[in-house]
Amino acid sequence: MVGNMSNDSGLRIATRGGDAPTAAPSKAEVRSLDFWYGASQALKNVSMRIDACRVTALIGPSGCGKSTFLRCFNRMHDLTAGTRYGGDIRFFPDDVNILDKNIDPIEVRMRIGMVFQKPNPFPKSIFENVAYGLRVRGERNRAVLMTAVEQALRDASLWDEVKDRLNDMAFNLSGGQQQRLCIARALATGPELLLFDEPTSALDPNATANIEDLIHRLRDKVTILIVTHNMQQAARVSDYTAFMYLGELIEFGETDAVFTRPTSKRTEDYITGRYG
Amino acid sequence: MHDPVVIRQLVARGRRRDQWFAIIGLACMMVGVLTLAVLLVGLVQDGAHRLEWSFFENFPSRRAERAGILSALVGSSLVMLITASTAIPVGVAAGVYLEEYARKNWLTDLIEINVTNLAGVPSIIYGLLALGLFVYALDFGQSILSAGLTLALMILPVIIVATRESIRAIPGAIREAAYAVGASRWQTVRDHILPYSTGGILTGVIIGLARAIGETAPVITIGALTFIAFLPPAPLSTEFPFVSFDWLESPFTVMPIQMFNWLSRPQAAFQENAAAAGIVLVVMTLVMNGLAIWLRIRFRKRIKW
Repeated sequence: MVGNMSNDSGLRIATRGGDAPTAAPSKAEVRSLDFWYGASQALKNVSMRIDACRVTALIGPSGCGKSTFLRCFNRMHDLTAGTRYGGDIRFFPDDVNILDKNIDPIEVRMRIGMVFQKPNPFPKSIFENVAYGLRVRGERNRAVLMTAVEQALRDASLWDEVKDRLNDMAFNLSGGQQQRLCIARALATGPELLLFDEPTSALDPNATANIEDLIHRLRDKVTILIVTHNMQQAARVSDYTAFMYLGELIEFGETDAVFTRPTSKRTEDYITGRYG
Repeated sequence: MHDPVVIRQLVARGRRRDQWFAIIGLACMMVGVLTLAVLLVGLVQDGAHRLEWSFFENFPSRRAERAGILSALVGSSLVMLITASTAIPVGVAAGVYLEEYARKNWLTDLIEINVTNLAGVPSIIYGLLALGLFVYALDFGQSILSAGLTLALMILPVIIVATRESIRAIPGAIREAAYAVGASRWQTVRDHILPYSTGGILTGVIIGLARAIGETAPVITIGALTFIAFLPPAPLSTEFPFVSFDWLESPFTVMPIQMFNWLSRPQAAFQENAAAAGIVLVVMTLVMNGLAIWLRIRFRKRIKW
């Protein structure tokens, strides 16, 4: 299988994503997205669609721009001076361009949640961590907060472990629990799209398995876009996989297809472990 | 090189150097600690017997044994009140603005350099500025208000720098976490940045205030009187409107000026008064620094990055 494909065609978007087995409505469509840090271009003409209630994985070697790409979705780059977007990310069902200058990044972040590489709970209680998103939205009613916190913690499969100590500091949890707490924090506000930026790279194998199970179960509720360094993880959790290299999208399609019949030589080299 | 004897010699030489450095370092430390100890012991020997209740209750007097520090103590407290209530909000707000809001460009770099330099400007320069600005231009007179504002200006850079540094100690990941759930800049500052940096900010504030309470030069420059045998008007009264701000405009004296005044007299009895006032001032400063350390430990314990 290795070596019989010699074409190295740069950008190629597999059309396979369009005729998925159970055709899902698309949640977002990226149209010729460019991104610059100052003068250096980190993303070049990336186009792809994110299907609703599916898990889409972004893989590629370090520095390929997959995290940069992910952070475009919640306009995290707006916090850094000298960054610039080009192109569109259309977000459905209302078909807005979330990169539009007239769209407030806070509005985007209210609809799109994010879980980071290292667990980053606030130095507050478990309850306050999960409730924070609702507090930001002005919710003051204790009963409403409690219901939402419980639901989010259940969804993040953390409820049974913490239900008796919701007022404990979040730092007293283990690393894996902290990461599930961060997932609960993101889920509490009912995001339409959840971004995961290498969520298990700081965790042990056991905690990693927990998070992967969780992602599997969450896909019924929320659309997921996950960056991962670990190809087995992409294969295990995702429905679609995008392979990025040097800021370009090299290949995108159903995970099975990308891993068994990659159309690009680069993808094949990467997934067979030649580099990265 | 692998000869054990040679290696042993090498190790022994390293050890001797270690010991030499330890001895030199200890000596250097002792110069500082012993000087301070001798100074304190001298103060206590001279002044301790004057530290009785009446010393705190009496106004300055022409007769040394009847003189006290009441007006200076009240003056210092009120001046500190003005200093704290103006310098803390302004300094913290400026620090937060520079760290969280301001774009990083040449202008903020320039401001940063200036703020750091301002912390090193001799205090008498602040006194001159205050004489021109508060006393004459704004016509606050030689009052508690002028002195409080002068000292506030002086410790403002300390508070700004302390605020910025404790904000910088907060990991970027915490900020991102707040922004990612949809918090605005102000919500992030109010719910996270300020609470997590409180320990460091308070430490800076108290160290600034401890410096301000001992300052003499700027307060003399704006013309603080040295012989004050009355207290400023009380801020609260039983008659309408119950609250009075007349004390702001009152003449006053502060602890270091009272001390300086006594020191400049030839009689030995007044020197003892100065020593006693010195003890009070040192104790006040030590208590403030102790408080700063305690707050730092208390707040650090809750937060570990």
